Amino acid sequence: MEIFLQQIINGLVQGSVYALVALGYTMVYGILGLINFAHGEVVMVGAMLALSALTALIGWDVSPLLALPLSLILAMAGCMALGYGIERVAYRPLRHAPRLAPLITAIGVSIVLQNLAMMIWGREYHAFPQLINNQPHHIGGAIINDIQIIIVIMAVMIMTGLMLVVHRTRLGRAMRAVAENQHAAQLMGVDINRVISITFMLGSALAAIAGLMVSANYGLAHYYMGFMLGLKAFTAAVLGGIGNLRGAMLGGLLLGLIESLGAGYIGDLTGGFLGSQYQDVFAFFVLIAVLVFRPSGLLGERLAERA
Amino acid sequence: MNNILDVRDLQVGYGGIQAVKGIDLCIAPGELVALIGSNGAGKTTTLKTLAGLLVPGSGQICFDGQNLHKVAAHQRVSMGIALVPEGRGVFARLSVAENLLMGAYSRCDQDEIAADLARMYVLFPRLIERKDQLAGTLSGGEQQMLAMARALMSRPRLLMLDEPSMGLAPLMVKKIFETIREVAAQGMSILLVEQNARLALQVAGRGYVMESGAVTLSGAACDLLGSDAVQRAYLGA
Ligand SMILES: Nc1ncnc2c1ncn2[C@@H]1O[C@H](COP(=O)(O)OP(=O)(O)O)[C@@H](O)[C@H]1O
Ligand SMILES: [Mg+2]
Repeated sequence: MEIFLQQIINGLVQGSVYALVALGYTMVYGILGLINFAHGEVVMVGAMLALSALTALIGWDVSPLLALPLSLILAMAGCMALGYGIERVAYRPLRHAPRLAPLITAIGVSIVLQNLAMMIWGREYHAFPQLINNQPHHIGGAIINDIQIIIVIMAVMIMTGLMLVVHRTRLGRAMRAVAENQHAAQLMGVDINRVISITFMLGSALAAIAGLMVSANYGLAHYYMGFMLGLKAFTAAVLGGIGNLRGAMLGGLLLGLIESLGAGYIGDLTGGFLGSQYQDVFAFFVLIAVLVFRPSGLLGERLAERA
Repeated sequence: MNNILDVRDLQVGYGGIQAVKGIDLCIAPGELVALIGSNGAGKTTTLKTLAGLLVPGSGQICFDGQNLHKVAAHQRVSMGIALVPEGRGVFARLSVAENLLMGAYSRCDQDEIAADLARMYVLFPRLIERKDQLAGTLSGGEQQMLAMARALMSRPRLLMLDEPSMGLAPLMVKKIFETIREVAAQGMSILLVEQNARLALQVAGRGYVMESGAVTLSGAACDLLGSDAVQRAYLGA
């Protein structure tokens, strides 16, 4: 029972991160019908930028309470610029090209970003500075610490804010209109390029936040961290129904829970044959199962609609 | 008085295929002009080019004395050009009210927008009953009303309608055309594309007949209605 509760907590924390990253995939897919496979690398860049800024600020004796939000803002700004640039350079020139073309540039951008990150930050793991006295709290035999609480609360706030923007503002209305019919949106006076850029920047800001969250939670950042995280968040987006915002949030949380419960019990289930290091298997098992049995995802509509 | 729209030698193609082969067309302020012609004549291509969705191969489009060359589609809306596209193009997953607000996207006069919204609900009472419904759940006729109301929300000075009667029941067609008459009576300049030539020429002051990308006939709507060529080709006489 304690393991169960503990894995639920871990799953919710990790799921919050997946949800934030999955939103970036799904927003771009919703508006352009393309999968931005470079998105995972944006998360990594966000984590690296935040970590560098944090280390520098702490080195200058800035108080952690100021250094944390400052480095988060810096990472968000950097990632927004990066997201904007990726769209301009890799996707916009190919807007009317066959669908395979932007997929290939996406992979190209990922490779470039990974290698750039490796050149800038090196191959080693970077430790996240110990800033706050990460207090553990005991509930029903399980433990949740301050950073985890902050992650979940921030994720909920950000997702609520995003839903408000998308459903209650003029910008959000324009985003939904562009997603549905670009020509008709232009006839309303919408500058679709601007809306598309803003969508990339919003998704990238969420990626930066997620990047900081993961590295704070695990205490580590690494130039290669975006690959697996991106793939899992993409899985979460597909699980929820790609193109659907609520789906991305639901898919993220579910995937986090599946993974952590799976990791918690895989040893028991296989009689000790497989250990928790196999937890990554669950995400891909979920991806395959969804693609085979329900390609539209939990909340999505027919995928073929946008072919 | 100067024309609100002046089109000179407009040519538009898709790849190698010329769909519009050098047409001239003008509209005086407050005029209702019909553009008729059979399927594939190039009417939709013409309207899309005027709205800025297609780039002309050559020719000149002047709106209110300004050359529209280099003016993007979204900028033309705030200049006063509105197109109700073929097939209506309502945003199915936005509510009726949200669709109408999208029509006012290029405006920032909040109070006036609210007043116009109320006016649209008077002009199209059907829409107020359905204002919180998703536009995709409306009937074809209701969607056409919504598309027209949405275009009017931008406060256009030139309203272009592409086959507003397409696929609608006769009663609904009558309603739509009554509204077009009403809007025209308030002094709106209108360019009306229709396959239903008789209906279009009955409400229009002037008309153009298009055939495979070129204007073959033009003149007063009543003259066109009476002309043998139009009678034979489009009115089934
Ligand atoms: N997207 C397109 N690509 C290639 N050809 C097109 C396209 N749209 C229309 N056409 C061609 O251009 C011509 C004019 O079409 P259109 O303007 O839609 O005519 P209308 O509205 O009068 O029926 C037709 O021959 C049509 O086949
Ligand atoms: Mg047409």
